[in-house]
Amino acid sequence: MLVKQISIFLENKEGRLAELTSILAKAEININALTIADTADFGILRIIVDDADKTETLLKKEGFSVSITDVLALDIDNKPGGIAKPLNMLHENGISVEYIYAFLAKKDNTAHVIFKVNDVDLAKKVLSKNGYRNTAK
Amino acid sequence: MSIWDKIESASADEMRSIQDKRLVETVEYVYDRVPYYRKKMEDIDLYPEDIKSCDDLYKLPFTTKDDLRDTYPYGLVAVDLDEIVRIHASSGTTGKRIVVAYTKEDIDTWSDVMARCFARIETDSKDIVHVAYGYGLFTGGLGAHYGAEKLGATVIPISGGNSRRQVEFLTDLKPTVIACTPSYMLHLYEVMIDAGYTLDDISLKAGIFGAEPWSENMRKEIERLLKIKAYDIYGLSEITGPGVASECIAQNGLHINEDCYLPEIVDVIDHKPLGLNEQGEIVFTTIKKKGMPLIRYRTKDITKLFKDDCICGRTLVKMERVTGRTDDMLIIRGVNVFPSQIESVLLEFSQLTPNYQIIVDRINMMDVLNIHVEMNENLFTDEVKKIESLEKSITGAIESVLGISAKVKLVEPKSIERSEGKAVRIIDRRKI
Repeated sequence: MLVKQISIFLENKEGRLAELTSILAKAEININALTIADTADFGILRIIVDDADKTETLLKKEGFSVSITDVLALDIDNKPGGIAKPLNMLHENGISVEYIYAFLAKKDNTAHVIFKVNDVDLAKKVLSKNGYRNTAK
Repeated sequence: MSIWDKIESASADEMRSIQDKRLVETVEYVYDRVPYYRKKMEDIDLYPEDIKSCDDLYKLPFTTKDDLRDTYPYGLVAVDLDEIVRIHASSGTTGKRIVVAYTKEDIDTWSDVMARCFARIETDSKDIVHVAYGYGLFTGGLGAHYGAEKLGATVIPISGGNSRRQVEFLTDLKPTVIACTPSYMLHLYEVMIDAGYTLDDISLKAGIFGAEPWSENMRKEIERLLKIKAYDIYGLSEITGPGVASECIAQNGLHINEDCYLPEIVDVIDHKPLGLNEQGEIVFTTIKKKGMPLIRYRTKDITKLFKDDCICGRTLVKMERVTGRTDDMLIIRGVNVFPSQIESVLLEFSQLTPNYQIIVDRINMMDVLNIHVEMNENLFTDEVKKIESLEKSITGAIESVLGISAKVKLVEPKSIERSEGKAVRIIDRRKI
């Protein structure tokens, strides 16, 4: 359920994102999930890849500011209330969510959700106890 | 290493009598030999006999960079050109080029004061000195070179640039002392680490840094990263080059070689002489120079003079580290701003690196101060709010120091262009 997410600091400069993703492409690194938090001056790109450590080393070598964060990856039902249920569980256990992003699974009727929470170990315990799991890479 | 020249520990009376004698001689010398100076003096009805001691220094007219430009190239040379053995020239970045001329004796004096500076930081004949100041028209390279050689040290005359090769020499030849600009030292450190070396691969114990203004915090940063002692050295081509003043192991002010370069401090605005411990523009009169002596040369560097009981045993008057230049001073919304003030604020944040740029714009008739600073790549946090709050704290700290607001922008590591000579810290885009 725990996955390593890579965060990259990006200045708001034209072509910077293309440059970064080309570096990953050249190294044959596939991005499984991606989101960007943006402000007026900069953005933080967050990605999930197969080999987080290798990717971190590569990007640092290329001069990017990179950090690795443990996040929760969860399969949820792709139907109304699917996301509300686990969020309520986290809330009831005093866990707060810092950010969240989701993507659809292709095959079955589930969605994958990535959570960044303030207490990742507790969140993992609460959610697995309630039958949540993660099949996505 | 003992004191190189006993004059450095002379008593106040002894020093004063040398200065009086040399000043009187210098004034007579330029009056007789340099028509430009003779005219300047006669214009204010001043004659050599009016200058009897250093007490009369204030009567003499100032020399400025404009005088050097007006008399370009040889108008202030006091000897026949066949006695001149060397020419140096300023980079001309702030206007028309100026040239300076040295006799054989001037080169000897310069080598001697530079040897004093190396001895002050406990460099001796056993040391290997890596001189990464530019060689050529710039005085930094050859000045450091002659001084270190006079001391009997082993000199690596690598000059500036080609950082990878610099790192190879640092790791292969194991120099113990380096001479370069402080910003270039930090750049070399980055190149070294990127190339996979560690501090165990080099043997530097000290660096003698100058040719650009730097702050106490930048010193701490260099000392922390490289585990060396970082010393300040001061000089300018017009006076001789590096070696006018330098720090000793006390790292508390730069001893001025005042038996050769007579210092005074004048007010930045009205140019009236100021006393010890008062901040202003430092002015030098060269009292031991033959080729191109300068009378009361206005350096535009801002500092103060002071005396203390230095642990190194030298009695030479000290100047504080230069904190800015009268022409670097930015006037933003009517407030005087020195880049060094901004630098010292930035270096208080461990999340930042000492690589920054100050960009001044005028938007809708308002001056806007932008500061771009590189993040420390190892302290990057994933959270937007933390980065924004860092920006906010920097903005607050800058405002409390400068008294005006600035927009701070964090930029990616290594995105600000590196310079192999003097760092380009200020971009003033205002069209006035």
